[in-house]
Amino acid sequence: MSVKPGYVRPLDLKNGRVDMTHGAGARAMAQLIAELFARHLGNAYLGQGNDGAVLPAPMLNGQPARLVVATDGHVVSPLFFPGGNIGSLSVHGTLNDLAVMGATPLYLAAGFILEEGLPLADLDQIVLSMADVARAAGVPVVTGDTKVVERGKGDGVFITTTGVGVLPDGLDLGGARARPGDVVLVSGTLGDHGVAIMSQRDHLSFSAPILSDSAALHGLVAQLLASGADIHCLRDPTRGGLAATLNEIAHQSGVGMMLQESAIPIKPVVAAACEFLGLDPLNVANEGKLVVICAAADAQRALAALQAHPLGVDAAVIGEVRADARCFVQITTALGGRRMVDWLTGDALPRIC
Amino acid sequence: MCLAMPEKVIEIGRGPAGDDALVDLGGVQKEISLALLDGVAVGDYVILHAGYALSQLDSEEAQRTLAAFADLGRAP
Amino acid sequence: MRQHEPAMKYIDEFRDGALARTLASKIAAQVQPGRHYSFMEFCGGHTHAISRYGLTELLPHNVRMVHGPGCPVCVLPMGRIDMAIRLALDHGVILCTYADTLRVPASGGLSLMKAKARGGDVRMVYATQDALQIARSNPDRQVVFFAIGFETTTPATALAMLQAQREGLTNFSVLCCHVLTPPAMRQILAAPEHPPGGGVQIDGFVGPAHVSIVIGSQPYEVFARQFHKPVVIAGFEPLDVLQAVWLLVRQVNAGRADVENEFARAVLPGGNPKAQACMDEVFEKRDTFEWRGLGELPQSALKIREAFAALDAERRFQLVYQPVLDHKACECAAILRGMKRPQDCAIFGSVCTPDNPVGSCMVSSEGACAAHYSYGRHQDGVA
Repeated sequence: MSVKPGYVRPLDLKNGRVDMTHGAGARAMAQLIAELFARHLGNAYLGQGNDGAVLPAPMLNGQPARLVVATDGHVVSPLFFPGGNIGSLSVHGTLNDLAVMGATPLYLAAGFILEEGLPLADLDQIVLSMADVARAAGVPVVTGDTKVVERGKGDGVFITTTGVGVLPDGLDLGGARARPGDVVLVSGTLGDHGVAIMSQRDHLSFSAPILSDSAALHGLVAQLLASGADIHCLRDPTRGGLAATLNEIAHQSGVGMMLQESAIPIKPVVAAACEFLGLDPLNVANEGKLVVICAAADAQRALAALQAHPLGVDAAVIGEVRADARCFVQITTALGGRRMVDWLTGDALPRIC
Repeated sequence: MCLAMPEKVIEIGRGPAGDDALVDLGGVQKEISLALLDGVAVGDYVILHAGYALSQLDSEEAQRTLAAFADLGRAP
Repeated sequence: MRQHEPAMKYIDEFRDGALARTLASKIAAQVQPGRHYSFMEFCGGHTHAISRYGLTELLPHNVRMVHGPGCPVCVLPMGRIDMAIRLALDHGVILCTYADTLRVPASGGLSLMKAKARGGDVRMVYATQDALQIARSNPDRQVVFFAIGFETTTPATALAMLQAQREGLTNFSVLCCHVLTPPAMRQILAAPEHPPGGGVQIDGFVGPAHVSIVIGSQPYEVFARQFHKPVVIAGFEPLDVLQAVWLLVRQVNAGRADVENEFARAVLPGGNPKAQACMDEVFEKRDTFEWRGLGELPQSALKIREAFAALDAERRFQLVYQPVLDHKACECAAILRGMKRPQDCAIFGSVCTPDNPVGSCMVSSEGACAAHYSYGRHQDGVA
């Protein structure tokens, strides 16, 4: 029997597991990078194999443009959930952070902390998902890092993604720009992601046909901004749900808000799951939705722009911004009474009480 | 201490002792115990709390109650 | 919420906005001008429904809802949480609990959540079955279920213990803090602060929904008779609560004091006999039990019978209850009895907030203070 010269036994992606050698910066790690990470994420920048990626000066339409940088850590458990996995989530998350600043995303960086024992098949699937999302968005992962921690010291894998984008001149979106009289819109149904995750948690054991809404929003944002509507704030309501996002904006802008409960889009099955768990859908995480605050005169234009995009078909006007020194976010319930929409101290915990 | 929901029974006779059921609330399904009730059939509604069905929902009474909301009532 | 099609039967219909307005005008038409009505909603679930749906705004100004002590987390004294924390931190058990108790402040600035951060193996469960499963999966660890709740939740604990005994699970036990509803109602009615001694006026009760499913409507007859107060058992949905208020106003106007069952779709006069039987098989009444806010009440809580001693965490770990005084400024005691409102507490919303709760009324989403802070403080004069 003869062996080809230079033969290196490939990674066992089917049955192999991450072990401490993969993080040691030596041959095993180089193999992991070459046969797994680079295989999926490969591009000219990554191919340079240097400690950092050299990028061209930020330009937009031939003009120097402002840079936007965003970073996000991802620790979701379980790693795989209906509608996605930690990989797709990590890319969507950072793309969305750039998008809600009004930036066009250009490049991504990804850092991985792997737990000893993580099946390589899982890692392979996760990185493949990241590559798919990045490719669909036209945004390469230009540099990365990998470390391995001992079994028990990590939840399978933690991923940190950082994104860089460019901002056109004159665009100034921010949480401090909401004004009394502005209109509040959401791009679609709320609570999908949080419930999808919870339905996978062992001890909560319920089954529901709910998919995470994890998605890249920069296309939707571009369409919204192209409509010419006077947009003041854009944010994606992730952990803490709509309630947290609106309270943040209210405090940043020094305003109050009044929402209409009957106008807020919620899938019936998500509402039912929240009933089950004693949660308010307004406190549940989303990963593919926008909160839009715009000038009242442009509300319908903004709504139409959102609804014309596949990710915004369920968009709705849900309330308005008003003057309020106390910065309260309030809601008129379906029954006509008013109450506050407060933000929670920690995670929304399912209650039985 | 009373987060309890009316749920539709879609399957019975499950579980090691045969007294578990599969219930549905608006598309969300869960396996629960019927150990505290007798004579529950598929299609019935039960009120569920912390994994156990506590009572069967009487649909006629439910209709009567709904009708009573709209009824202005005369004599005390 | 805007929905694509009606989904939750027996829930959505009972939240209909148009019917709510009908009920609101019914109540407005029924109240006698110049007369004041005070009704205590005993059950924390009703407190939560009233706040969450903004029902106070739908009621006429002369109808006042007084929040009662029907929140088992709120009435649990700190000393009991301390026992659970000691089990986790000192005895190294896997402490299984419903989510509701995790943030309740205990002694030494601790809570079960903080004990978890310190290395205590505290696990949130949704049902007693989860705790049993944890015991089966961890045969070399002691697993304790922290059992709280009124009669709604007690049958689940009883069934879990019967099952544990059948299976011969030697590593499972229960820390029993179950409490009973009628003694607490009696205490509210018989309190010296109650008129004619002055203090909070209660003209009637909105009776608990799910407790009544278990115990039935009969146990309330004695309050109606002895104290001449009407009791209307109400379902959990906002329309149920509004209808119950209307029925109470009607009774008060007519000088009646009857037990009415608005929740007839689920509550029978005798309750659930099977549930009562299994509760009775496993538990018996404690001579006395300290309630936060209500003091020591005789025959008001449950302990585990001798026949199930092997499953009693208090016996197994030789736990002794140490009463702990509440924070000096904490008004939970008065609030639980309906004597004060959350906004009457000097530290409400400032020192005591959901982020940093001083008393348990601020932790549980059914607690009067948490409900008011999260849902209702826009009505107050200050932020």
